[in-house]
Amino acid sequence: MTINSIQTRRFDTLIIGAGGGGLRAALQLAEADASVAVVSKVFPTRSHTVAAQGGMNAALANVLPDNWHWHMFDTVKGSDYLGDQDAIEYMCRAAPKVVYELEHFGVPFSRLDNGRIYQRPFGGQSQNFGGEQAARTCAAADRTGHAILHSLYQQNIRARTHFFDEYFAVDLLKDDEGNVLGAFVFDIHTGEEIIIEAKTTLIATGGAGQLFRTTTNALINTGDGMAMALRAGVPLQDMEFFQFHPTGIAGRGMLITEGARGEGGYLVNAMGERLMERYAPKAKDLASRDVVSRAIYTEVKEGRGCGPNKDHVMLKLDHLGEDVLQKRLPGIRQTCITFLGIDPAEQAIPVYPTAHYTMGGIPTDRYGQVVVPVKDTPEEPVNGLYAAGECACVSVHGANRLGGNSLLDILVFGRSAANHIIGYLKENRYHRPMNEASVEKAWQRLHRWDKTGEGESVERIRADLKKSMEDNCGVFRTQEVLDNGIKEVSAIAERLKEARISDHTGMFNTARVEALELENLMDVALATVYSASARTESRGAHSRIDYPERDDKNWMKHSLYSSEGRKLDYKPVRTKPMSVTSFPPRPRVY
Amino acid sequence: MMPASSDDSALRWRCRRGMLELDIILNEFLDKSYNTISDEQRCLLDQMLDYPDQLLFDLFLANIQSSDKGISELVTTIRQSLTA
Repeated sequence: MTINSIQTRRFDTLIIGAGGGGLRAALQLAEADASVAVVSKVFPTRSHTVAAQGGMNAALANVLPDNWHWHMFDTVKGSDYLGDQDAIEYMCRAAPKVVYELEHFGVPFSRLDNGRIYQRPFGGQSQNFGGEQAARTCAAADRTGHAILHSLYQQNIRARTHFFDEYFAVDLLKDDEGNVLGAFVFDIHTGEEIIIEAKTTLIATGGAGQLFRTTTNALINTGDGMAMALRAGVPLQDMEFFQFHPTGIAGRGMLITEGARGEGGYLVNAMGERLMERYAPKAKDLASRDVVSRAIYTEVKEGRGCGPNKDHVMLKLDHLGEDVLQKRLPGIRQTCITFLGIDPAEQAIPVYPTAHYTMGGIPTDRYGQVVVPVKDTPEEPVNGLYAAGECACVSVHGANRLGGNSLLDILVFGRSAANHIIGYLKENRYHRPMNEASVEKAWQRLHRWDKTGEGESVERIRADLKKSMEDNCGVFRTQEVLDNGIKEVSAIAERLKEARISDHTGMFNTARVEALELENLMDVALATVYSASARTESRGAHSRIDYPERDDKNWMKHSLYSSEGRKLDYKPVRTKPMSVTSFPPRPRVY
Repeated sequence: MMPASSDDSALRWRCRRGMLELDIILNEFLDKSYNTISDEQRCLLDQMLDYPDQLLFDLFLANIQSSDKGISELVTTIRQSLTA
């Protein structure tokens, strides 16, 4: 096949990714009579949004008094003052409307006896700017993400959104002026390559939890959209901020909820010592997430880990008794029985910190427009390019995301991006001429994997990358550790250039897909470790042993990492909200 | 390990799901036990892979049980392959 023979399809908007953010945007656009294409590497209802069980925040005040301004305060504080306050105000104000829209799309929210939407309390929520606990999270039982994803998919089918299921987006396409004009994609089934020309392109590809060996994220979360943006010359913002949970099942990644320690569970090392007594003598096993995570890492690093490889510690619950476990932690018990073949009523659970959520991503404004620094302007929109959801950094989560704000983020900003696109389409009615070189570059990236001969395997390199990221850019961060991370990940990136795959067929060549995913992970890994090494303070999820304090004077700014030259730049945090007064930085105490 | 024909690759891709738990269960099953199940069970697996993720999760985590005897037995086989 030559480039000239590649089929071209034209749409008003191309959306890459079919999770909650992509589908919410697609629906808004399709209902406004735009022609919309959604490209997804898996069937849409198998996107990672399905795994979001907790719910979404909105100040409906159905259970306890609440308002959007309190929600805004909690989100700014939770972000450790790195969140952009205009975007946070926008999100918190829009939240109730977005919830009611979902209700009308058919999401079966759990109900109170009076018929209103049930709301549960979550960590980090308060009434009256830091006062009593609030109850702000709307949920559809413990399957909120599933309910939202399926409702949005059905609504999109009704609205005649065009789905390219199981197609892989290789790279963005541009014109000579740098306007983004769609993407080069291929059909995973047949290998057929397609140019999708679009007046506007929205990236909604989710997070990059697969950067780390132990993660709660599904295999599909390989940072594809973030890496595409990097290769298109867009920097990634705040990539050093990655949320970890201290107790994932070792070697597997799934969460063991904090509730397990709340019920009286405790951590022990290889000698059977209660390790948290040394790291947090007062709070012990109920110390904050970063303290518990670092304690586990330190035990393993200093040779007191458990198991044949001494690579985890144990969470003991057996002293609680079978009845208590079955009554209060039935899900945990069943998870351990299913995945480990052990009953926590009888044996301890092997645990290790697990990577959960990517706070950083593609920089956008609150309209979902991708923004980049141009000369003295820190945020110049890239014409035709939008991003929303976990792949984007708008930035409402700043240095740390609050529970219940991730589903809200994807829905509010998926919708907001679509609204802006509708306006853009009215003013940009014609397709622009494509730059052939940008097609050629994407084609070359795909066909680089046609090379035969000797070379390292993708599997081996991927395993080394994930191990290195976990060791050098995980929960234990010092200058020495992070600089070693830069060295190791850079060396692994060099090895990837010479890697080979053995399958060169066209149909269902999943080896090629996995190779492309690894390239994406590699670009995102470099962005993460370079950004983390440069930030010499502790803020939110970026917790440094050698710089334990937050440093607002020097570091209240967003990081911007560019692939070209692996350079870092910075831009100010938007501390001015849309209509209310700013929340100035204060110590983040709960 | 399964041979890597395009049919098998297609099957493996259908086992890429939205939840890590399902990725682990289904991929370990393909690696360890797929070759040992009957043609009839392969048809049932094909049918199961069209289920929504949440339903598969509930079946594999034993939160619910299928009323279909064949599906129920296949779920047990798949669960057993995890800790085999």
